[in-house]
This record gives sequence, structure tokens and C-alpha cells, in this order.
Amino acid sequence: MRGGGIFPEQEAQKYLSVIQEPFSEGASLAHRLDPRGKIVVAALFSILVAVVRTYAAALGGLALAVLYLTLARLPLKRVAARLLLVNMFILFLWLVLPLTYPGDPLWHLGPVTATRQGFAYTGLITLKSNAIIIALIALIATVPVVTLGQALHNLRLPDKLCHLLLFTYRYIYVFEQEFRRLVQAMKIRGFRPRTNLHTYRSYAYLAAMLLVRSFDRAERVFQAMLCRGFKGTFYSLKTFTWQRRDRIFLGASGLALLALLCLEWLKPIRF
Amino acid sequence: MSEPLIEMINITFTYPGASQPVFQDFNFQLLPGNHLGLTGPNGCGKTTMLHLIMGLLRPQAGTIKIFGEEVKKEKDFVQVRQKVGLLFQNPDDQLFCPTVIEDVAFGPLNQGKPPAEAIRIARETMEKLGLAGFEDRVTYKLSGGEKRLVSLATVLAMQPQLLLLDEPTTGLDEATRHRLIHILQDLDIAYMIVSHEPEFLNHTVRQCCHVHSHCCQPTLHQPGGNGV
Repeated sequence: MRGGGIFPEQEAQKYLSVIQEPFSEGASLAHRLDPRGKIVVAALFSILVAVVRTYAAALGGLALAVLYLTLARLPLKRVAARLLLVNMFILFLWLVLPLTYPGDPLWHLGPVTATRQGFAYTGLITLKSNAIIIALIALIATVPVVTLGQALHNLRLPDKLCHLLLFTYRYIYVFEQEFRRLVQAMKIRGFRPRTNLHTYRSYAYLAAMLLVRSFDRAERVFQAMLCRGFKGTFYSLKTFTWQRRDRIFLGASGLALLALLCLEWLKPIRF
Repeated sequence: MSEPLIEMINITFTYPGASQPVFQDFNFQLLPGNHLGLTGPNGCGKTTMLHLIMGLLRPQAGTIKIFGEEVKKEKDFVQVRQKVGLLFQNPDDQLFCPTVIEDVAFGPLNQGKPPAEAIRIARETMEKLGLAGFEDRVTYKLSGGEKRLVSLATVLAMQPQLLLLDEPTTGLDEATRHRLIHILQDLDIAYMIVSHEPEFLNHTVRQCCHVHSHCCQPTLHQPGGNGV
């Protein structure tokens, strides 16, 4: 049975969904690596890059992240779009930080003074955040969320957190559909958002209704699980095996992270 | 005569905050091998009755006996749930695992079966329902009909001795409805179906009962007859 054709409206909704995982599909080396290894490397990388204070280490981190990205062979346009989104936030830092950070004045504009240290600091933040985002896109976004949950479980992350992730992922689609249905129901009765009390009240009802429905659903899901003998423990069917390429990836990444640490201590570039 | 599978004796149940009780001195029996349809208007207590049997709701008064044993506490109902399967009204409530095979194997794993055997049982059940090849499909991406059949597989994988179905035909197209009818006709266990569709009940049950607040009254219904 090919299910798609029988329920065309559901099929259509599926493709309309705004929640997608555009990077998770692929056959590149980064996609085939064991997700557990990728999670460990991504976590260590993010922590290390987040704490370094030198340009040398931040640049090294960026280079390593770009290397991971080339391993993942993702569509660059999409990656760029995502980076643009992150850098919009960083733009605000550029508007504020150089003017407020104490240090040697670089130029004055009326009462405002921009400092050299302020610019250096903002630049560092920009480098570091981009390095982390690129690494996460290359290593974590290439794992489907479902596998991510199973891998985290395998890495001995507390059960509750893994299940929270998996359940959120499973039901976010249901809530998205429920949200769409409610919005449609509002639209077909002529609702148009304006700046007035009626609009605010309707939106408040919408939010409240979603909340109530999600509470009810959680209740029913739990009941259904009880009916199937759930006693508070989950058993996982998924098994992971380390391959030769995973060992190479882990070893090489470990060395690269050590090199970043050396860069941080040696401080070859100074500002 | 053999012992009833389900016996509800003088059950009283009121939802918290409701003024009217759903059941007042309610009595009901289900005999082994019976295929029973439950009918009645919306809100008459059909779903409530199934939830009372599964221990999801507790009566304020009365006795429930399942397989001849009185069930009272959560511990008793844990045993009941190993032998009685309930198919929920909405498959989205029932399917919560990422992939189909994990969802079907969830029950057997809870029963303490080792993973390899749980997978074997899950595969066999899916094959019986014509769902072979669905193992790695993602549950939320299934169509409405597929979700319903997979939900049924998750319940049947626990090899229940009694099956309760809550409006199983809601939202099904003609083809899937026929598949469901054939699946139920091939089952060799007792089952009860809550449904508003006389046509569907005609094909799947021998007898229908109208749920009232005091009792469950048999309606004049024969297979292939005029319906309810």
C-alpha cells in the first residue's frame, strides 16, 4: 500500500510543514560517521572555542569548523542562509559593544567613543560564534533528530533529557498541524490581524487553546503508553558500532583540539 | 457456562466536577469468544467504560473483575494491561516512537522480551496486518490510514487475549476500512468495538449493546441485519 495518495490533504500538509531538517540527509563522510563521535567532538569543540580568548585559537577553530563543513558537503547556499541569520544577531553586537567597551579611544562621534579593545573583542566574538555554528551545522545538523536522541541515550545522557528531546520532536508536528487548523478556522471566519484588542484577545485564545490541547494530548499519550505496559523505563532497539573511520575522526579531531589549545597558550597573534 | 472475561458490577462513576454521573449502578458482562459492538450517543460513556476496564479511570463504587479476578489497584491493572489491548480513538496519541518498528516493539519490550525477540514479534505482527516494509518509516509521516493500522499492530504485538477498539474507523477511507474488517474477522480473540457505524459493526460483531448509565442493553442486531 502506498499511503500517500489516499490522504492527499495530509500529504500536502507534510510538505507545507515549516519544521524541516534540511541538512540531515546525505551520504558524505560527515553523514556516515557515528553520531556519538560527532556529538562528543562537537561538544568539546564548542566548549573549547567558547572559552578561548586569542585570535589565533579562534581563527584555528574557524578553520577546523570549515574543514568539518567540507567533509559534510552541504548545499552552501543553505548554510550561508543559516549563517546570515546568526550574524544578524551579531550585527547588534557591532552596533553596541565597540562603543561601550572600556579601553583606548579609537575615534569620537559627539559624546560616543569607540575603543580599540571594543572592536577587537567584538571581532573575536564574531569569529568564535561563526566557528561554533559552522561546526554544529557540519556535525550535529547532519544527524536526524531521532538518531540524535538515540545516540545521546547511548552516551548515557540522563533518560529524561533524551525522552524530552524525542517527545518534543515527535509532537511538535502534531502541534504545528493543530496550530494551522486553528489559524485556518480563524481565517475562514474572516479574522484579520490588526492592532486592536480583538486581535490580541484572539491570539491569546489561540495560545491558550494550544496549551490546553497539548496538556490533554500528553495525558492521552501517557495513558496509551500505560496500556502497553509502560513502567517508566524505555528500552532502545538502536545499536551503534564504532567503525575505523570513527576512530580516525575522533583521533584527528582530538589532535586538532589539542592544537587549538596550544595556539591559545602560545598566543602567536597579539592585538 | 465459562467465566466472563469482563464483569462490571454496580459501577458508579462521575467525572470530577460533573454534576451527572456517567454510570450509576452499572452492570456489564463480556463472555469469552464474544465479539461485541458498543453503541450509543456521544457522551454516553462508551470510551469511559473502556478506560475503566483498563484502569485509566477508577470508579467511585463497584467492582470490576477481569478474567475472573477482581481488579482494584494500579498493580492489578498493570497485569490487566498485559492481557487486554486498547486501541485509542486517535492514533497520534498511540504512536509516540520515532520509527514504526520501535513503536510496535515497545509493548513486547515492556513485557520483558529481549530486543531480538521483540523485533521478531513486531515484524510478524506487521506482516499479518500487511505492513511489511514499514519498519523504518517515521510514525508522524504516515498517512491517517497507515497510522491506524500501525496503532493496531502496536496493540496486537502484545498478544492480548482481549481487544478493545475505540471508534477504529474514524477518518478511514473505504479501502482501509475493508482491510480493518478483514483483520478483525481473522482475529481469534474476543473483542469489543465502540463505533457509530452500523455498517462496520455488521461486518465485525455478532451482537451490539447500547450503553446506558445503568446497564448495557443488547440491541436487536444480527450480522448482515438492519444494523443498530
